[in-house]
Amino acid sequence: MSGRNFHHALKILEEVCIGCTHCMKACPTEALRIRQGKAQLMEDRCIDCGRCMEVCPVSAISIEQDDFEDIFKYAVRVALVPSVLIGQFPRHYAARKIYSGILEQGFTHVYEAEHGASLLIRQINQYLEQHADPRPVISSFCPAIVRLIQVRFPSLVENIILLKAPLDIAAISFKKELMERGYDEKEIGIFYVTPCAAKIAAIKSPVGELSSPITGVIKQDDIFNKVYTSFKKEEKSTCIVPEKEQLRAEEMGWSLTGGESRHINGRCLAIDGISNAIEFLEQIENGSVSNFEFIELRACDESCAGGILTTANRFLVSERLQERVLKYNADFKEGKIIDNKSIDRHTEYLVDHIALENIEPRSMMKLDDDMEAAMKKMDSIQKLLGYLPGIDCGACGAPSCKTLAEDIVQKRAKTSDCIFVQNALAVAPGKPDKAEKIWGINRFDKLVP
Amino acid sequence: MEFSYIIEGGDFSKAGSASSEVKKILKQLNLAPEKIKKIAVAMYEAEVNIVAHAYKGVMEGKIDAEKVFLRFRDEGPGIEDVDKAMQEGFSTASEEVRQMGFGAGMGLPNIRKNSDSLKVSSEVGKGTTVEITSYINN
Repeated sequence: MSGRNFHHALKILEEVCIGCTHCMKACPTEALRIRQGKAQLMEDRCIDCGRCMEVCPVSAISIEQDDFEDIFKYAVRVALVPSVLIGQFPRHYAARKIYSGILEQGFTHVYEAEHGASLLIRQINQYLEQHADPRPVISSFCPAIVRLIQVRFPSLVENIILLKAPLDIAAISFKKELMERGYDEKEIGIFYVTPCAAKIAAIKSPVGELSSPITGVIKQDDIFNKVYTSFKKEEKSTCIVPEKEQLRAEEMGWSLTGGESRHINGRCLAIDGISNAIEFLEQIENGSVSNFEFIELRACDESCAGGILTTANRFLVSERLQERVLKYNADFKEGKIIDNKSIDRHTEYLVDHIALENIEPRSMMKLDDDMEAAMKKMDSIQKLLGYLPGIDCGACGAPSCKTLAEDIVQKRAKTSDCIFVQNALAVAPGKPDKAEKIWGINRFDKLVP
Repeated sequence: MEFSYIIEGGDFSKAGSASSEVKKILKQLNLAPEKIKKIAVAMYEAEVNIVAHAYKGVMEGKIDAEKVFLRFRDEGPGIEDVDKAMQEGFSTASEEVRQMGFGAGMGLPNIRKNSDSLKVSSEVGKGTTVEITSYINN
């Protein structure tokens, strides 16, 4: 493991974990092992995508968040909310009602995280115009995808566009707005209500920037439960409805699949789901997809509507957001929309602060920094694969025979961790091998040297 | 280290699978990302050439501390005029193949662009051998 510390939002609750291997098998970066009967995370490989959490049968994987009481350390308490939050509520709850409910929890302001999207769309299009190379440009929006590229597709790191996500732009803008209204920077706490784990990791240990403009993170399901419970109890709303700054249509739909690509000039593609993303990144790396300007990649199915911390069904969330876009467009036609966004007053300042620093590749695949040593290790892996059964059962604590072989040469595991090797060594000569009943005769002959 | 992969002619659904395997090897050997990218493009083109034109072929590779050497041998129609085939845009691919996004006549020129040395030898009616060398530290 590398010496650098990566902040991960995903935590394994050891007392709950039953060591069942589900998470290990689902992990797209082979970041999990079973040790001493518990799942263990390899910190430098984890991209915080949350697939492990999704498949865990006993809820042993949790997402850490800041203590909710932390918000009260600040005089100005901003809830920075993603538009998918609205989609969690039944349709008869209007956005204003939901935002009032959030204010009742103790926030002083609610600001939607996608307010930065219009500006970002303009900046991406401008970037594409000004830079002919490299292609395709890959979106930096989904933090799990950025980390996936860093660890599994290091040669594509240079394709990632070095522009911040809308929520960061929105946070910078709203902080500036509040300061211009006379608040001291120290009084302002901006808390992002996150639909996923990857955003937490991105805020706590940002990639491509020194620090995040966001003060803390609250899990979306927690806020939803609090607000929805208060609705159910029919507590009288004592809050003033938040001041109205409406998202534009392209901003409302930004976090859905196609939300970026739809507004980018030239040939674009939108892909959601981590395995779909991996498959396509492989192709980009081969150079077998050409003539694309921009690729939008999102780790979750149905993008942020399918975030690991969403409560409602992802398709229903997506539907509600799309309805909101349609309603906006209809209202716009009738001249009902007053487009008065504070963010537009800060355009110049934001354009100066929108760039990300370099994103570094950090390959998890390399066997050794030294190539000759890596070659030796690879030879050993090939030899080991000749012995291992190729069943990928996971009983050794590694997700596949190949990863076990890699772990063995990296001295993280032993050949005898394989239960089939153990069995083959234990069966006395001339005695029936019970494993043959299931796996066939002679299947494991190769296990005994 | 050495390795070899069989490449089936005419099966586009598998085109690129040998290259993907080798790409994994290069990543494990910790080659520089920009080097891997170039080799990946070159070998993918060469692999697709076999799928598109030949009956069957084999990709043989040898990696040492200095270079990555890849040889693509196929049994196929061969190339009549190798010099012509090296020109950008020259293609003999059928309409069917072009519709799948292959056969734009950029194959060999693209391989040359992404490798340090390219050697093509061919015998009409027998087959073609493409040898690609990429130096690791240049």
